[in-house]
Amino acid sequence: MSVTDQPLAGGLAEGAVTERAPPPPPPVRKAPAGPVGGPASGERELRLDLFRGLALWLIFVDHLPPNLFTWLTIRNYGFSDATEIFIFISGYTAAFVYGRALTSRGFVVASARILKRVWQIYVAHVFLFTIFLAEISYVATSFENPLYTEEMGILDFLKHPDVTIVQALLLKFRPVNMDVLPLYIVLMLFLPLILWLMQRKPDLTLGLSVVLYAITWEFGLNLPAYPNGVWFFNPFAWQLLFVFGAWCALGGARRMAPLLSSRILLGICIAYLLAAFFVTLTWHLPRLGHFVPRIIEQWMYPINKTDLDVLRFMHFLALAAVAVRFLPSDWPGLRSPWLKPAILCGQHSLEIFCLGVFLAFAGHFVLAEVSGGAVIHFVISLSGIVIMSAAAAVFSWYKRVAAKGGKDAKSAEANADLAGGGS
Amino acid sequence: MKAIAGLIALVLLWSAAPATAESAPPSGCEVPAYLLTSESALNKVAAAVKTEGRLDIMVIGSRSATVVTPDGTGFPGRMEAALRERLPTVKVSVNVQLQIKKTAADVTGALAGILEGKQPTLVIWQTGTVDAMRAVDPDDFRTAVDEGVTALRKHGADVVLMNLQYGPRMETMITTAPYLDVMRVVAQQHEVPLFDRFAIMHHWNEAGQFDLFNNSRGIELARRVHDCLGRALANFVIEAARIKPSELRTQQ
Repeated sequence: MSVTDQPLAGGLAEGAVTERAPPPPPPVRKAPAGPVGGPASGERELRLDLFRGLALWLIFVDHLPPNLFTWLTIRNYGFSDATEIFIFISGYTAAFVYGRALTSRGFVVASARILKRVWQIYVAHVFLFTIFLAEISYVATSFENPLYTEEMGILDFLKHPDVTIVQALLLKFRPVNMDVLPLYIVLMLFLPLILWLMQRKPDLTLGLSVVLYAITWEFGLNLPAYPNGVWFFNPFAWQLLFVFGAWCALGGARRMAPLLSSRILLGICIAYLLAAFFVTLTWHLPRLGHFVPRIIEQWMYPINKTDLDVLRFMHFLALAAVAVRFLPSDWPGLRSPWLKPAILCGQHSLEIFCLGVFLAFAGHFVLAEVSGGAVIHFVISLSGIVIMSAAAAVFSWYKRVAAKGGKDAKSAEANADLAGGGS
Repeated sequence: MKAIAGLIALVLLWSAAPATAESAPPSGCEVPAYLLTSESALNKVAAAVKTEGRLDIMVIGSRSATVVTPDGTGFPGRMEAALRERLPTVKVSVNVQLQIKKTAADVTGALAGILEGKQPTLVIWQTGTVDAMRAVDPDDFRTAVDEGVTALRKHGADVVLMNLQYGPRMETMITTAPYLDVMRVVAQQHEVPLFDRFAIMHHWNEAGQFDLFNNSRGIELARRVHDCLGRALANFVIEAARIKPSELRTQQ
């Protein structure tokens, strides 16, 4: 990677923004004035970082066996969960960062950068798979409780490593908790195309995305998985959130600002969130189920996560609208040290996401080896979040140091290239 | 330092807790009342018990309906024993139909053959494990369970659904939540009682009544868990059929 790429491609599409990158790039658009606009150019949109950081924490917690912390995750209070937030913000930031690259450096260079990012994510995924394999193999050889003879059948795939590993490399075999990165890889793969079209005809692009979503529902499109079934996160459906995020980043958010400040919309959103909350409540307290009219039940269920149910999408939109309304981008709390850990995590999303998956594996492993209880569960969840935050702080520190010694970094990188390394 | 020492002590205490509870007598398989009550009633069971004094049960299950072999030690056999004990005046018979490595869709497709020539009052359908292991599309799973329950009722039987086992080590490998959700939804829609094996075993593990982490290869733990499951299931059936064993006795 050349050093000039650093400020851009160093992020996940990770920096929501221009960061301190020299030279000052041509602003993609003017800083919006209203409270609901996107990021002002030249300044990091901390709200995106904050919410993505929180989403990463929630994904980590949701990947652990249910415990006290699980009750804090938003999936218990409505239809959508942290995955929606993560994919939307990823679409937003990716479009923002690579959209600028597309404007300033052209389609080929921007695409190359995106593909490089895709490669990094792929490698991260394979790395996580290796860790998973190590853990599972250990469990398989050490654990033989006859009570679970049937369930241990799940490890039969270890008997065919030839097939299993190849299928994993093809992204078709994705064990528990390893579904998000493959989705992300596919979405990023199509980002050059999406961006190219989005910069010319944003509304048409969004329209096409909706059409693809509708076709997916009509004809049941999905990608096959191994050993059977389909992708847990259907890329044909989830692309809608990603493209919608990109659309918002490239001017859509600004255009929606008047709509978002309408009181009527706010009322509708809050009403919908409350209704969703009530329905979710009936899952935990079946007694309440009788208050949900049968006809609504029949229409509503199942609320499909694989194909990003419309109800989930709407729930995310309502959440986002309310969040944007009550959390202006100049909210002083964004500078508070209390939110700093979440913001830092959001700023290094790929690294922290992978770390989260790894920590979830590790957490499972600890729980499987140490007969736990609520306390151990709690300790694992909390230490996971602390480790993620600490790692994010280290990444930020390193980035700052590397940016300060720009020249040194350049020569260091050249040396690394000489040595056959480099980034 | 103090804090760390305290934490370690706490952890040790915690991990020691199940070990002490384990030595409790096997009667210690308490289940919270809410897990043994259902708003859906087993009317046919109630009628058969009260008027005919008999109860024919069929258990359709996968491998986890047995301990090692399909002898009397799995939960179906233990349930039969518990029912006989609690309803001494009723002629109880339990027929087990093992459908090893079959998904819910497989079982639904084979129901006609399974039911042929049999007229059980109650069918207890234990399912979900194979589907979860194979990561069957939850939508397909839902359709299969839905059709299966419909077919069983059409055949004239009351139905109880039984969901997956809870296993602390299994959570790393098997995603259970969607299948548990589907079964809860289908049970609710058909107003069929759901025996929440997952929640019950989870409760036992949390409460330290069973150490499900146990790594020993002996079958003692499995036997005891199945014994408790069988008792709980018997209580659940009696509860859902709104039968009062004491009244039955006075009637006779």
